[in-house]
This record gives sequence, C-alpha cells and structure tokens, in this order.
Amino acid sequence: MVMSVSAPRCLQWSDREDYELEDYEAEVPRWCTGCGDLAILAAVQRLCRDEQLPLENLVFVSGIGCSSRFPHYMKTYGFHGLHGRALPVAEGIKLKRPDLHVFVNTGDGDCCSIGAAHWLHAIRYNMDMTVMLHDNEIYGLTKKQASPTSPKGLKSNTTPRGAYLEGLNPLATTLGVANVSFVAQAVDWAPAHLYEIISQAFHHKGLSFIRIVQRCPEFLPAHFDSFMQDPERLLLLTHEDGIPATPDLSRAYPQREVHDPSDINRAREIASLTDRIPIGILYRNEAAVCYEDVVGSDTLSTPKTVRTNLEAELDKFTVWPPSEEREGRG
Amino acid sequence: MNEGGKHKTTARKKSAVELAEHVVEIVSDSGEGAQKCGQSFASIAARMGNGIWTVEIIPAEIQPPARSVEGASGNRIRLGSGAITNGGDAADLVVAFNEHVLLGRLRDGELKPGCIILLESKWRTDRDPEISTLYATICNELVEGGYRVYEIPMETECLRLVTDARRGKNMFVLGLLCRIYSLDRALALEQVALTFAKKGESVIAPNQRLLEAGWGWAEENLDIRFSVPATPATEPRLVVNGNTALGLGVMASGMEVCAMYPITPATSASHYLSEVFQNVGGVVHQAEDEIAACAFAIGASYAGKCAVTITSGPGYSLKQEGIGLAVMAEIPLVVVNVQRGGPATGQPTKVEQGDLLSACFGSHGDAPKVVMAVSDIEDCFYSVITARKIAEMFNVVVVLLSDASLGTAQQPFPRPDFHEDWLAPPVDQSPVPEGVTPYDWNPKTGLARRFIPGQPNGMHTLTGLAHDSRSRIAYDPAVNQEGIRRRSLKLAALQKTLKTPPLFGDEKGELLVIGWGSTKGAIEEAVQRVRADGYSVSALHLKFLQPMASGIKEVLQGFERVMTVETNWCDDLEDELIDEENRRYSNLAWMLRARCLVDIDCWGEVKGQPIKPGRIEKAIRQRLR
Ligand SMILES: Cc1ncc(C[n+]2csc(CCOP(=O)(O)OP(=O)(O)O)c2C)c(N)n1
Ligand code: SF4
Ligand SMILES: [Mg+2]
Repeated sequence: MVMSVSAPRCLQWSDREDYELEDYEAEVPRWCTGCGDLAILAAVQRLCRDEQLPLENLVFVSGIGCSSRFPHYMKTYGFHGLHGRALPVAEGIKLKRPDLHVFVNTGDGDCCSIGAAHWLHAIRYNMDMTVMLHDNEIYGLTKKQASPTSPKGLKSNTTPRGAYLEGLNPLATTLGVANVSFVAQAVDWAPAHLYEIISQAFHHKGLSFIRIVQRCPEFLPAHFDSFMQDPERLLLLTHEDGIPATPDLSRAYPQREVHDPSDINRAREIASLTDRIPIGILYRNEAAVCYEDVVGSDTLSTPKTVRTNLEAELDKFTVWPPSEEREGRG
Repeated sequence: MNEGGKHKTTARKKSAVELAEHVVEIVSDSGEGAQKCGQSFASIAARMGNGIWTVEIIPAEIQPPARSVEGASGNRIRLGSGAITNGGDAADLVVAFNEHVLLGRLRDGELKPGCIILLESKWRTDRDPEISTLYATICNELVEGGYRVYEIPMETECLRLVTDARRGKNMFVLGLLCRIYSLDRALALEQVALTFAKKGESVIAPNQRLLEAGWGWAEENLDIRFSVPATPATEPRLVVNGNTALGLGVMASGMEVCAMYPITPATSASHYLSEVFQNVGGVVHQAEDEIAACAFAIGASYAGKCAVTITSGPGYSLKQEGIGLAVMAEIPLVVVNVQRGGPATGQPTKVEQGDLLSACFGSHGDAPKVVMAVSDIEDCFYSVITARKIAEMFNVVVVLLSDASLGTAQQPFPRPDFHEDWLAPPVDQSPVPEGVTPYDWNPKTGLARRFIPGQPNGMHTLTGLAHDSRSRIAYDPAVNQEGIRRRSLKLAALQKTLKTPPLFGDEKGELLVIGWGSTKGAIEEAVQRVRADGYSVSALHLKFLQPMASGIKEVLQGFERVMTVETNWCDDLEDELIDEENRRYSNLAWMLRARCLVDIDCWGEVKGQPIKPGRIEKAIRQRLR
C-alpha cells in the first residue's frame, strides 16, 4: 500500500520541479508605483506558475521603453533589444526553435510607431508567440511625448497644445492585416480578466496579439479614470469559445456582448467603438498558417545533409577535365 | 565597308593567329540573350582549360529603350592561356546587336582603339530611313576612326533556321565566336545542350543548328581567326559568379538562416540560396526591410542557429543599429555587404568600394567588429566559412565586403573538397554549471561564452544596455568601461592569430601599392607590368581590414613610397582647392595612415567600372621617378 502511493510522487519529483511564483520573479521592478506594467507582470508570472513552464524554455523579447524593461523582471531568458525591433528578433528566435515559448512585450511607441512595419508583418507571419502591447497612450521612458495611440487633444511635451490627430487604433489596424489569427484586449485594472486573456493567448497556436490598456500614473495620472470609475464604459465580450461570462465578471461589468471570436466583421466593428473599451477576445482563427510551419523544409541541418547537397550543387557548376569527362562523367 | 564580304575568298585559308589573351564583348539590347551567349562562350573556353574572367554588362533599368546608348546589356570575357585574375583593359573584339549599344561601350572607354567590331547589319536596310541613315553614318565614322568593322547579317542568317531571330541570334553569335577563337566545336555543341538542358531536346536542337550556322558563316566569310592556346585542366574546376560562390559558402559553413531584403547587386546570392538552402535545412527569410532582416538574423543566432544577413550599401546603412546591438550583446552574426555605388541609392548595378569605413566604424558608440574583404571568386566561397567561424568563436559581428564586380564576375577555381570542420559545432544545451556567468569573459582575451535559450541555469536577460558579466544593467560607470574593454579585446585576440599577408614582389623598393577586395587581380597585373620594365614596385593585398594583421607597418618600411589603389573617392592634390591639410583620402588610406603613421598616398576611380590594370599602371607610373 505504502509503496503504491509513494512511487508516483517520487516520479513526480524527479520528473519536474514544482515552480513557485518566486521562481519566475527576478529583481524588484523599477516601474513607478501604480504603473500598469506591474499588473501585467503579475499576470504573466501567475500564468507561468500555473502552467509550470520550465524557466529555460521561456524567452521574453522586448524593445525599448518602460514596458520593455519587462524581461529583466522575469527569471527566464530575456532579450531587451532595440527600440521597435522586438518582433523581428522574436521571429528569428522562434523560426527554428519550436521548443521555446516566446513572449513579446512592447510599448505603443515601440510597436505602433517606430516598429509599425514589423508589427503589421508580424501579424501576417503569424509565428507562434504571445505579443503584449502595453498601451499607455504616451511615451513613458522618454518622458511624456505623444504616441501614435494618444487621443486627439492629449497634451504632452511635444503637443503642448494638444495632439493634432486622432489616435491610431491598434485593434482595428491589427484586424485589417491578412492572416491575423488572434486579437484580444484587456485593461490592467481588471487582473482576473487580464489573466484569462493572457492565458488564452498563450494557448493559441500562432501570433496572439493583446492590446493591454495600461495606466501611466507618472505622466497621465487621470487618463483612464473615466473608464476605471465607470464600469459601464467597458464592454465585456463573452462567448463559450472565448471568455465565458462567469458570475464574478458579469457582476463587475454590466455592459456585455456575446461575441463569437470567429466573426471578424463584428470584431472590426467592436474594435472601432470609441465610447467604450471592449475587453475580451475579438478574433481567433486557429486555422491561420504559421510562417515557421511553411517556410523552408523539414530537412535537418546535419553534416551528412550538408555534404550530400553541397556536393550535388558543386556538381552543377563543375567543369571536369576533358579526360574525366570523356570517361563518362559528363 | 563590309570587310566580311571583301575577304570572302581568302577566309577559309587563313590560319589562326596565336594570342596570349583577348578581351571579347557581346552587347545587345536587354532580352536579346547576349549574356547567355557570353556565359556559354566563357564556359566552353574554361572547359578547354583557358583562364577566363567574365564581367556582366548590366544596364541600370530592367527594360531600357531599345537601341539606346545606356541600354547595353551583355558580357565581357577575358580569356587567356594562363590564369586570368581580372577583367583586363579595353576590349579587343566586340559583337554588337545594334550600333547604339556599341556607342555606349565606346563612350565608357571600354573598347580598344581600332578593335574588331562585329555588327548586326540589318539596320542598314531598315525601313525607317532615320534608322538606316543613322546606322550608315555611325558605321562610316567607326571605319574612319580606325575600327575594323565587320557587318554581319545575323538576323537574315538566323531567319533561315528559326522564325524569331531575336531568340536565336545569340547562339548564332556563339557559333561565330567559337569559330573565330578556334574553340572545340564538339564542346561548344555540348555546352548548348547543357545551357538548354532544362528545356529539352526541342529547344536544344535548333540552338545547336544556330551555333553550327554561325560557325559556318564565320568559316565562309571572315578572315579573322585566333587561337588562345589552353593548357587542358587536370583538376575539376568550379565556374560560378561571386554571389553564387557566396551562397555555396553559406551552405558549406553550416549556417541555417539567411535573412535578407532584396537589393541589387546582392540579391542573386539570396536567389541562389532560395533555390537550394532548404535542402540542407536552411531558411531564406525575406524580411519586410533590412532592419528586420538584421534583427531576425540576430534572433536566430541568439537562439543557437548560425545566421547571415546579405545586403548592399543602403541596406547596410539600415542595419547599423542592429549590428551595434549584436556587438553589445556579443551575438555572433555574419553580415555580407556586396557593395555598390553610393551614397543614397547611388549606382545600384555598379561597383564601388565605398563602404569600408562605415563597415569598420559604423554604428554609434564603440562597436568593434571584424571586417574582411573578398578578393576573387574562390575567396567568396571560403571567406563565408571563415567569417562564420570567427563570428561563433569570438561572439562577434563579422562584416564581409564583396562588391558588384565580384558578385557577377566568373572565374574558375578548383572545386572545393568539403570538410566537416567547416560546419558549426552542435550547440551546447547542457546545464550551465553553478557560478558561471553569461559573459564569463576571459581576462586575457576578452573571449566569452554564451548561453542559448533552452539551456538550464543559463537564464538571463540579454540587453543592448551597457551591462556587466552577468548581463545586469550597468548603473556603475566602471562597469561600462570594463564592458567596452572586453569587447575591444576580442579584436586584439583575433589579431594575434592573423598572419602578415604575403607581398607580391620584393620586400624592398620604390613603391608599394596596397589594395583590398576585388582590385587584387588588376593591381597585381599592373604591378607586374611596371616590374617588367625594371621598376621596383610591389603590391600588398589585405583580407582583414579590422583587425589588421601585425607586421604591416614593417612591410611599409621597406618602401620609399606607399599608396593605396581603391575603387572609392579620394581628392586629387592637382585640384586647385585641395592641399595636404584638406585632402580626403581613400578608405583604406585613411585607416593605414592612422594605424601606421606613414604618409600614404592614394589613387582611385569611381566610374562604376572595375578599375582596369592599365589605369592602375598609369597611376603607378606617374608616381615613379
Ligand atoms: C532608435 C531610437 N529612437 C528613439 C529612442 C528613444 N526612445 C526610447 S523609448 C521611446 C518611446 C517609449 O514609448 P513606448 O514605446 O510607448 O514605451 P513606454 O515607455 O510608454 O512603455 C523612445 C522614443 C530609442 N531608444 N531608440
Ligand atoms: S513612467 Fe509611466 S509607464 Fe513608465 S514606469 Fe512610470 S508609470 Fe509606468
Ligand atoms: Mg507607451
């Protein structure tokens, strides 16, 4: 009796470690008190713990900005690269490493301004990774300049008389790209919902894009207050194939819409709402092709394949001495 | 006028004039197949054992207007009895499908005064009087100018065999040339079969007939006949252009990722790789731009897959920030720059060596990287293998400089024998031992290991911010200083392994000519010519530009004067505005002056053409007493 109980446990111990939250926590984040990035970090660490993801198989890739400090606060592999270039770096990492879980943390300047070209193309490549857009509608790290997602009229150091143009809509933009496969939105101040969204994004095969409305109390202290204080201004998207309406969520968010994530037309309409912030999964298409699955071939790079194929290529271009040729090498 | 006609009766009897070498050009409007004709001609000669060097003549536009001076498209073939190391001087014989493309070559100074011109004669009787008059005028002028013009009814002759002469003329001309240069007829027919192998017998047969017709026509009607005796090859040789050689090198080096964005004149390397790379498990990723291509390659390399990014000048400029990141984070990366004319869009299809300084010193801050240059076609192949090894051994960026002339030039070289040590060793994914840090720098060499994602205990965040040996952000100024020192030391460590390049010529003398990259063959040929006249001139060619091998300063000290010859700009002291204090030097001259504290002169040309040995010879003679 005793034996039969302890054996599986023994196996469990030797097979995998039990990861605790703190196993994923690196240094104390240097973000400002109340910064929405902290909530995103907490949700991601919880996800890793709940999924028991081995530290060495996780790579967090970021650009430059407050939000791009994210990888430093994870005790995993991280790549804190160049402003705007997180996505192409992440693509290169993922290309031939299906064993790695790749996450991208990027700011609204990082993703929607300097890295905008990469953003659109990353959506189309649809490589298997989870992309979190930390959208505080402002440049944090460089101290309060307008971002492409800043709403018209927003006063900043570069727009002291108010931003001139309407902000760019990251959801609508993403939903306009061919081969898009997963688009969702969350707000940093609804942690349970944020967690759910990140978790569903993580389980999606393909590029999952989450715009996270993120507060920057340092530079835009009251910017999202109207949405925070009035739950009526959030629109909760629910669906049995998306985030189901749990009693807790229903109580917190009176405005709800049952939205089928396979319906891209309605997704585009929802994305374009201006009076309310929709939260939930706007679009999901499991059938979209992942670039890494179709580019190249299944051939493994081994000394043997290189030798064989290189010799075959050299043959194509070789001029044989006449004697050898005449002897049938041709 | 029509010399061919005049000499009709004597043509057959004429025996071949023996030559040590000849430069032949075939030019047409683009789409008329002059390039295929030239390449086939070169291949036949190479198979007979002749030394060859071919240069593509490429118009700047895809479909330039027909019969235009700018539209010349085709091939230049220099063939010789011995090895040929460059495209040579002006052409000895040119075949032109119309008189305008011919004028283009004349204007560019590519034709030897009095050279032989084989010209399509159909324009003389063109229905458009403007065309026929112009043709007649130009023909007259050429004859008066001393050129030996042979008018040849190419189209008429082809129409006897095919309905669309535009598509057959090139093989007719190939036949003409093979006969003129006494090439092996059987080999020529075989070459046609090879050229059209993919298209099948129904295409091969008519083209072989066209070749025979050209041969026959020359035999009947032309009094010119040469032979460039060949030493039959005893070993298998590879005939490819520099970009294909690069692609083969990428395969042979065990790389797995090539990230690129299309740009002339680098694209053909990626075209070739796109065909074959996947056979060895490789991927060619056409990124959305060069910034992404560079970042993608960095990501792949970080994840343990050897990567290269191939580009040309404008793309190289865009990659600069990414290159700095790879330097800072010590990620191995090979960047190939097939240089073209700059700045900005410059001259996309033309050669220039203007990117040496930006390769060495580009990217903001102190970003030490290795810079190598390829000097011939064979070098294109082997240098990629060396570059990959250096990049992985030292965790550095290696910039490999080629250029438009090497990219499209062909020169046979011994078929490589594959060695397994060309490949990257398998990535170490074993757990990282306790206490070992990601930038576990060797205090003497600056060499560091690196941890690959997936490796247990190696977790760290790589950063483009200044960092310490544990990859923690450097808030302490001393840490930044130390990081820069370590990265710098890696170049010194590599430099210790480099051998002083060998001198061409004697160790002491009046003048030393230094070059790098594609000018090697032309410089050495020019030096050889003046040496033959008794001058004590030597040449030195650098493969490693950064770091530079030791011993170079000592080499310079053996000479009274030193100059560089480069295909990039340098101010001329003869210019009224220019003096010692404001003169801007050629790229390598700047670097050598700074490193060796020697007063180094320079000469160069930026005409978009490979510098000819004759031009170099002239520049050298001007500097000799
Ligand atoms: C090439 C380049 N340009 C500009 C910068 C300066 N820069 C750093 S972060 C940043 C914007 C950050 O805003 P965002 O992406 O929204 O991130 P946040 O700080 O708001 O999280 C800028 C402009 C840089 N690092 N690199
Ligand atoms: S400046 Fe704004 S975005 Fe940056 S850490 Fe502070 S609160 Fe967060
Ligand atoms: Mg921001």
